[in-house]
Amino acid sequence: MTDPVIVASDLGRRFGETVAVSQLELTVQAGEVFGFLGHNGAGKTTTIRMLNGILTPTTGSARVLGLDPMVDGTQLRSRTGVLTETPSLDERLTGRDNLTIYADLYRVPKDEVQARVDELLTGFDLIDRADDKAGGYSKGMKQRLALARTLLHKPEILFLDEPTSGLDPVAARQVHEMILQTTRQQGHTVFLCTHNLVEAQRLCDRVGVMEHGKLVALGSPRDLARQLVTNLTVDFEVDASSVPGALQALTAGGVTASAGQQAGTILVSGAAREQIPDQVSLLVNAGIRIYGVTPQEPTLEDVYFALHGEEPVQHNQAEVIQ
Amino acid sequence: MNWRAIQALMRKDLKVVVQNKGVIVPIILLPLILFIVIPALVLFIPSATASANSTDLAQLLAMVAPGLRDQLVGLTPDQAGVVFFLVYMMAPLFLIVPLMVSNVIAADSFVGERERKTLEALLYTPTTDGELLAGKILSALVPAVVVSLVGYLIYTVTADLAAAQIIGRALFPNPLWNVLVLWVAPAAAGLGLTSMMLVSVRAKTFQDAYQTGSLVVLPIVLLLIGQITGVLYFNIWLTLALGLVLWIIDAVLLFYGRRTFHRSELIARL
Repeated sequence: MTDPVIVASDLGRRFGETVAVSQLELTVQAGEVFGFLGHNGAGKTTTIRMLNGILTPTTGSARVLGLDPMVDGTQLRSRTGVLTETPSLDERLTGRDNLTIYADLYRVPKDEVQARVDELLTGFDLIDRADDKAGGYSKGMKQRLALARTLLHKPEILFLDEPTSGLDPVAARQVHEMILQTTRQQGHTVFLCTHNLVEAQRLCDRVGVMEHGKLVALGSPRDLARQLVTNLTVDFEVDASSVPGALQALTAGGVTASAGQQAGTILVSGAAREQIPDQVSLLVNAGIRIYGVTPQEPTLEDVYFALHGEEPVQHNQAEVIQ
Repeated sequence: MNWRAIQALMRKDLKVVVQNKGVIVPIILLPLILFIVIPALVLFIPSATASANSTDLAQLLAMVAPGLRDQLVGLTPDQAGVVFFLVYMMAPLFLIVPLMVSNVIAADSFVGERERKTLEALLYTPTTDGELLAGKILSALVPAVVVSLVGYLIYTVTADLAAAQIIGRALFPNPLWNVLVLWVAPAAAGLGLTSMMLVSVRAKTFQDAYQTGSLVVLPIVLLLIGQITGVLYFNIWLTLALGLVLWIIDAVLLFYGRRTFHRSELIARL
């Protein structure tokens, strides 16, 4: 992952008085799965449109695969594939027609069209319904068909805009597996727009978080968590009979702690990573035998809420004392 | 120009169009009435057209332009009525066919695509704006011209059957209608299409676009009224001039329509 395939500099777009994207500075490396996170209307889709040369930026510039999207848009779009937020299928056409027509539009060599279409229909488990109208497909099937259409011309960069939005967990999982299969194995770069933080955590090497059109955080999920989530939850495993004494010792030391749901466990919340040794000392000094200390790694969800100044829901907490 | 992409766009639009009853019904119904039902009425119910009320017909023919009256000299009132009706009155009505066919297909292609949320995927393809526009134009224009030509062939047969019974000779094909079909009808199709391009900028739904776009038949109605009231009549020169005017209007509307047909404009309107 060394060559940048997407570079955005001061990229921005305004619609009248509304700023959709502002001063976006971004680099995505080849082969990377990059997550672009943000709530609805944060500017994710607008960014995809600008990076593919179908929406003119009002400020700044971008290079995608070394091309200027607004100058070389046609050439660029023959090397990128975009899964739009809605499947954008012609529902009056069959699944096969949807792919065959787009194969012509994407300039797949004529003698390869049929084989490529069949390969994708088979790969996405749609071959049995290939000659049915797409309007009769389930939501998951439509999304798979749209994803297959995105891959017709073997794009170097895949832009996926909310690929699992509205799908049930099983269909969402299928889409995740297909993304991993068709990207990691084939070395595609993926630009994944989502507000599904679990999805981003699972799939992405790095993420950028958009808020009101501005990029407010950028890095790997782990790095962002370390940087932005300072209040960790730490599990302490002690002897079950020592729990009251341990809670008392921690509370006396100014630490917020609670008994865990499992016997012999204590949860310390709101702790900074560097405070963990002090908490261990408090317990050791109180004569508590410690069998395990496990800091719970913050998730992207924690990062997201930290950026928005909110507390994520705490789980696994039986009783809070201080 | 990537003709393969343009053909794919046409194929897509036409496959979608034939499954939209709101589009296909007027495309079938209008030519059916004009090219088959009306000549059949003349053929089987002559009283409905010519001889029912010869006084009314005489009054009508008295109002038409002198040049048109000259064309009917030497014919009996019944024969004059058939020639007037099948050749001259039907000429402006014929133009409604290419106009409406292109108009309704363009409404489905330009506005329906947006309404069905299928436009965005199309904009992400490696087609140029010109290829997208060419595909959309041809998918409306080609069927309109084909329906006009086929309609003319059918009308030639049905109208001549009617004419043969009453006049004893064929009226079609004739130079006036050849000019009408080959020169004016494609221009009328262009008018239906280019006017819809402009309507599509504001229309939100296919029905909105279709209803607003239908207003484009008003000039044809004016031509019809003009002929009945004697202001004008369809001779070759008028028909050539009418075609020229329509082509010029098409070019102007296409120029303005083309200015709004950019990806960036289209995506911003989604």
